[in-house]
Amino acid sequence: MTSNPQHNTAQDPIVEIERLHVRFGHQLVLREINLKITRGQSLAIIGESGCGKTVLLKTIIGLIKPTEGHVIFDGQRLDELNERDLSALRPRFGLVFQSAALFDSMTVGQNVAFPLRQQGRGDQEIQRLVLARLAEVGLPDSVVSKKPAELSGGMRKRVGVARAAIVNPEVMLYDEPTTGLDPIVSDVINELMMRTRRHTSVTSVIVTHDMRTARKVADRVVMIYPASRLAPGEPQIIFDGPPSELDRAGDRRVRQFVRGEAGERLMEMLQVASQLQGSE
Amino acid sequence: MSSLSQSTTGRVSDPNHRQNPLVEWISDWGGVVVDVIVAIGDFTLFVWRAMIWLFTRLPRQGTLLPNFYQVGVLSLPVVALTGTFIGMVLAVQSHFQFSQIGLETRLGAVINMSLVRELGPVLAATMLAGRVGGAMAAELGTMRVTEQIDALESMGANPIHYLVVPRFLACIFMIPTLTIMADFMGVVGAYFYSVFMLDIDRHFYLHNSREFVGGFDLFVGVFKSLFFGAAIAVISCYRGFHCTPGAEGVGRAATAAFVISFVMILVLDLFLGILLDTIYYAIWPGGAKLFF
Repeated sequence: MTSNPQHNTAQDPIVEIERLHVRFGHQLVLREINLKITRGQSLAIIGESGCGKTVLLKTIIGLIKPTEGHVIFDGQRLDELNERDLSALRPRFGLVFQSAALFDSMTVGQNVAFPLRQQGRGDQEIQRLVLARLAEVGLPDSVVSKKPAELSGGMRKRVGVARAAIVNPEVMLYDEPTTGLDPIVSDVINELMMRTRRHTSVTSVIVTHDMRTARKVADRVVMIYPASRLAPGEPQIIFDGPPSELDRAGDRRVRQFVRGEAGERLMEMLQVASQLQGSE
Repeated sequence: MSSLSQSTTGRVSDPNHRQNPLVEWISDWGGVVVDVIVAIGDFTLFVWRAMIWLFTRLPRQGTLLPNFYQVGVLSLPVVALTGTFIGMVLAVQSHFQFSQIGLETRLGAVINMSLVRELGPVLAATMLAGRVGGAMAAELGTMRVTEQIDALESMGANPIHYLVVPRFLACIFMIPTLTIMADFMGVVGAYFYSVFMLDIDRHFYLHNSREFVGGFDLFVGVFKSLFFGAAIAVISCYRGFHCTPGAEGVGRAATAAFVISFVMILVLDLFLGILLDTIYYAIWPGGAKLFF
């Protein structure tokens, strides 16, 4: 494990994750995760598909309840809050979903306005803020009346960013923000995340397996490894440091991931495939 | 884990590992019982949370009215058509039997009694379980698999309050209303078929209908439809909320919503029928005022 003391001991954590375990049935997804995210930090969580990145992100905002351990947000333990208090706390987060998760039945304008309506803001203020936020993500006024189905993937992602950021949250959570987008649109989304952070000094947590995004947007990278393939007692976070150290990471699995080399994973998959063929 | 089968409660059984057949049998049935208890508990909690939200904060008009429109207005043509045909089919089927014993003029009493107490509410609710319940489960299921329900929650909205309560209210208000519509259309359909196609005397048809069918019969039908509406709403919303990923999951949620709602309508119909009759005879022993 490569670690950077400067990142691990930074002051004023806004999110603290302590001894977090998440289990679905008998499947252990997250094992003994300990993580502190400081105010204003831009943290990228990387790792292969199915390693629990999205589960970690959803646990931070309280959408998934931990099996053990807890998440502390701004000094408050999320597991100690009741449903109502948790709902009241959630607008302090902005979550951008992998699929954007825009409401199909609403127009773009209604989607972006949704968090403001939840806060009971007035119609005129809502209209002004929606148009301003859409302009910030580079979308024209004409999209306001369109349905999400009429937009391209990149536009939907940008609407998702506008919706998540409209109430000026303290923490922005991005789930695979560039997945499924072409390199140009991916870079637009990267720029957007950086701009959002510059303008509002928001803390950002970006779940991604796009190394370009991790290097460009993050100032700290954490790599998690699938719990099912860890040795007993081995920590699930196998890298924690600045993006510049990724290529020099002491752990071979980190270097392989960063370079996109299948390595022994390919052999494992081929072995499983041959075993399945043999059993048939 | 690929060779292992896992139940909803997380039990894992390895097909390669042979145990005592009796232990395996007990284990399998025990697992089924635990799964059923967990499912019932989960469903009860879901309904409980919906009731808590229903009585603590009403949804906004903007979320309520579209649901009333979807459930009520858009279901009107199909319910009216169903009601009309039920009435006419009842007339066709009953006429032959009654004409054999020379009681054609009593047709109105039998048809209208059957319509308002049983067939109107049950068939309207069945039709709505398919049209409304299936649509609700599919819509909420799609929202679940595309993370829209998570998105709602992440923005501080409670999905039960925002999605379930308006649908529940729409069902318990509109399904009884639609049942009255189905009853009315059934009565009209049966009247026209009996009088104009089967040449039954209009005066006696109406006289016998008035004599034998009373306000309590109408109340029984509408009262039952209130519970049918509640059952359709909670079952369909629950299936949608617990939809498994993918198009197949959404399809299964919609099918399960209809099938479970339909079975529940029949079960409720039986027990509410018994309950209402018991209450009726407790208030008016001997059924002296059964037809008023």
